[in-house]
Amino acid sequence: MMSSGDSDILADIGNVPTLQSLIVEATDVHKYFGQLHVLKGVSMNVKRKEVVVVIGSSGSGKTTFIRCINHLEKIQRGRINVNGHLIGYRETTEGKLIEDRESNIARQRQEIGMVFQRFNLFPHKTALENVIEAPIHVRGQSDEEARSVGVALLTRVGLGHKTDAYPSQLSGGQQQRVAIARALAMKPALMLFDEPTSALDPEMIGEVLQVMKELAESGMTMIVVSHEMGFAREVADRILMMDDGQIIEEGTPEHFFTNPQHERTKSFLSKIL
Amino acid sequence: MVAVCLLVAVVVAGCSGGSYQYRWEFFFDSIFRPDGLIVSGIWLTVSIAVSSQIIGVILGVFGALGKQAKRRGIRWIANFYVWIFRGTPLLVQISLLYFGLSVAKVYTWPEINLFGLAIPGAIQAGIVALGLNEGAYMTEIVRAGIISVDPGQMEAAKSLGMTYGKAMRRIVLPQAARVIIPPLGNEFNNMLKTTSLLVIISVPELYVVFSRKQGNFFAPFEFFLAAAIWYLLLTTIWGVIQAWIERRLGRGAGGERPPSMRERVFGLGREVDPSLVSGGR
Repeated sequence: MMSSGDSDILADIGNVPTLQSLIVEATDVHKYFGQLHVLKGVSMNVKRKEVVVVIGSSGSGKTTFIRCINHLEKIQRGRINVNGHLIGYRETTEGKLIEDRESNIARQRQEIGMVFQRFNLFPHKTALENVIEAPIHVRGQSDEEARSVGVALLTRVGLGHKTDAYPSQLSGGQQQRVAIARALAMKPALMLFDEPTSALDPEMIGEVLQVMKELAESGMTMIVVSHEMGFAREVADRILMMDDGQIIEEGTPEHFFTNPQHERTKSFLSKIL
Repeated sequence: MVAVCLLVAVVVAGCSGGSYQYRWEFFFDSIFRPDGLIVSGIWLTVSIAVSSQIIGVILGVFGALGKQAKRRGIRWIANFYVWIFRGTPLLVQISLLYFGLSVAKVYTWPEINLFGLAIPGAIQAGIVALGLNEGAYMTEIVRAGIISVDPGQMEAAKSLGMTYGKAMRRIVLPQAARVIIPPLGNEFNNMLKTTSLLVIISVPELYVVFSRKQGNFFAPFEFFLAAAIWYLLLTTIWGVIQAWIERRLGRGAGGERPPSMRERVFGLGREVDPSLVSGGR
């Protein structure tokens, strides 16, 4: 067994799958909305620097699942670890899971960036203010430090000239790029994307996917719920197909494009490709 | 209303054969050369209204948050509070709080010294009663404001590591304010006038001052008309301030143009749908 320091280095150069290189470990996750059983035992792991794309028809539970990863949804059974920490719950001595204190959950969420379908930028704040809000008021960074990082991040997503624009003055694609910069400002270990291009006009999808691609190339660990198969083919290390609250098929983009096994996968792909 | 009063006065004067001798100097002096009593009455009315409204807003924020609390006990308390104070007459609340509590020796409303300013018990009781009552109405207004904010805002704030409280303070409430402020302005307009109910506990605010004056000189028409003018002046000034605030809030955030000064003060022009003002998108 290697020390975590060694495994980090090895993971960097050779992607050696050790326990420490797992960012997300979800085990037998069950979720109910009242009587409705929406997640029926989802298990999956995501390694450091891996990009996982989750596909599936609407109602398959894919969005619910990634919302469980930062505890925006409670789970009723199973467990999710991110970076070695149990998310949303703490374990009693008898092994029962009870919901964690709010402040602990908030701290865990700092490590997990999330990008929403509807952007959810703060409309009363400028692009830069959106980005520096959490670094200053959650992380306690100084104003100047947060600002210089914020400007750099906005520049990185191609919006260095829009720092003082309000969300209502930006196009959908620009808003989503601000949202990505806002999430990155917290220096997360993991980024979750919940259908980040579904609310965009077609001509704006490319600019957002480009930013996400660059982010993946920089080594960010990402879980992306998306039907952008072009992006998946180019960027994803792995694709998960969800149906009826379960992962029914899993594999490389290559596998999904050339040799999907499951009937549901085949019919789903035939509709969206 | 003033015009109607004048009209009535002329008619009455005509019918009663001029037996009522108008002494207009009472009216004009009250307006153009207000004595110390009137001036202090105005100040008292304004300070009580402002203090009560501040208490009301604070209680309203807590009431609204309480109504949405996870814990059933807190929700119950908030609902109970609103039920009691909206369900009973303000006049009864004022009397019960001041006379009731002091006679029963629960709380005798002793004079309080605040920064060298002695505040009599009746004024304290008045502010507390008006504030508590206002809080119940503000609870519903603030709640509507919070509900109007897209739930995605709270989720985005939480996903960035904010606690519920911080997300409320920094993200949700500032946006809710855009929906809360127009009805809040109307509430304060009401509050300026409702302070006159404190006559029941002899707080020497504007109405009490004029009520005493008319008694002294038996000139009810002249003095009450003057009182009406003063209230009208206060609410008009407030209308101008409110229009200015709403203008500022509306700036830079898209949405619809807030009502102009003329529309605000005289109630002319179109109705403003609060969801349009707040939405942004």
